[in-house]
Amino acid sequence: MLNATLIKKLRDFELDIDLSVNDGEVMVLLGENGSGKSTVLNLLSGLLVPDEGNIILNNIELFSSEKGIFVPPEERNIGYVFQNYALFPHMTVFDNISFGLRMRRIPKNQFNEEVDRFLEDLGIAHVKCERVTNLSGGQRQRVALARALIIRPHLLLLDEPLTALDQSAREKIRLELRTQLVNSNQPSILVTHSLKDARIIGDKVMMLEKGKVIWSGKASDLKSLSTIPDDSAVNFVSEEYISFSGIAID
Amino acid sequence: MSFTQKGTRNSKKLKTTIAIIIFALIIIITILFFTLPLFSLLLRISPEDFIAAILDPDVNNAIMLSLITAAMATTIIVLLGTPIAYLNARYEYRGRNFVETLLDLPIVLPPSVAGLALLVLFGRRGLIGGFLNDIGITIIFTTFAVVLAQVFVAGPLYIRQAKTAFAMVDRVYENAARTLGAGPFVTFVKVTIPLAWTGLVSGVILGFARGIGEFGATIMVAGNLPGKTQTMPLAIYGMMQSDLTASIALSIVLIAMSCIILIIIRILSGRSS
Repeated sequence: MLNATLIKKLRDFELDIDLSVNDGEVMVLLGENGSGKSTVLNLLSGLLVPDEGNIILNNIELFSSEKGIFVPPEERNIGYVFQNYALFPHMTVFDNISFGLRMRRIPKNQFNEEVDRFLEDLGIAHVKCERVTNLSGGQRQRVALARALIIRPHLLLLDEPLTALDQSAREKIRLELRTQLVNSNQPSILVTHSLKDARIIGDKVMMLEKGKVIWSGKASDLKSLSTIPDDSAVNFVSEEYISFSGIAID
Repeated sequence: MSFTQKGTRNSKKLKTTIAIIIFALIIIITILFFTLPLFSLLLRISPEDFIAAILDPDVNNAIMLSLITAAMATTIIVLLGTPIAYLNARYEYRGRNFVETLLDLPIVLPPSVAGLALLVLFGRRGLIGGFLNDIGITIIFTTFAVVLAQVFVAGPLYIRQAKTAFAMVDRVYENAARTLGAGPFVTFVKVTIPLAWTGLVSGVILGFARGIGEFGATIMVAGNLPGKTQTMPLAIYGMMQSDLTASIALSIVLIAMSCIILIIIRILSGRSS
């Protein structure tokens, strides 16, 4: 379970957001580019430091401006799937996925089996020894997800995990991803600018604009787009429209 | 077609031909200017004389001393230069431009000035040399002074190259390593260095090459003592009058080394791009 209050002065606006995500629940942060949604992930993971607020994950305080607590990213046990995946280009698929386990000093004979199981589950066992630079977009996405999930994270963060894929791969992986996130049973936060991602993968949705929440509710409520406030930057045009104000419907 | 028009066309053609010839001449002269002196060295010595000269103890000592001092200098440069190269590549801080300019200074500084500066600092009455002299340590005119001169002159080349190599590593990989449980130092060793590797290696090679070729600063701060401070460039200068063959042989060794270094750097830069 994650509870967080994050306040951070950014260049153009102040980010101010309250979050609460349960285990096995997927929270989607929806918004156009530059709305502050990726910053939220960086603040939660410890890559950025909030100006004020607190982060409590599984009853452990990871950050508190009041008490002067800051747990560094390497000690937070938070899985992070980066936009474009950030797979280490100098390593094989196996070395990428096992990186987190090696950092936890788990002996090789123990993590070998674990890595193989993840590779099997994600259907990428045949590329185990490939360099990640030789993989397709869909394979990269799966390696990135495996690398983040294998450390059994207390929280999983995903930054636009489907943007780097072509449309047919996206359709397929979108459904898979929902299943994986629910099954892995930690709170997950997914950042996207696609309404369809939000509807299919999310349980709860928060729509961000200039660092503030302008709409929040269940993902199922997104089906009737009329609940999105008219006065926001998000002005609904039509279901088929590819992108409006930076939010995509594909 | 009138006569004058034809004449104009012919003279235009002539002008173009002359322009091409002049252009080609400039190219040929340029290439010859830079290669002919080196070839003339090769032509002045027979293979037998070359081998005999190389086997001469003084020449041999100079080669060994050059390799050892340049290797030591390069090691020191990497140990001292890597942290500041990383700092300058990754962090904005007040005065960074100033620090970078200071560190670049030895690249453009005349080596004799560098040598004099080191002499004044490490000499027996110098700021540091005076203190060391009191506790019985002499630096100038020792092999260590040779290393010191090489570090001073070649270090900035490595720092520059390493900074560029680090700056080209996308931070997102370091961030990914951190979230996976790697602390800053482990991230640096396991992710940043391997990703900057080719750039770092060419920096090392550039530094080594500059160290091997160091002359001006070395002769001022370390002198020209055979077997002790006489590196290859100093030996070439020292033997030029007494034993030209030995000088030429050493020069050819240095030319060969330079060629190898350039080829390695070309291969490395080709691979990284």
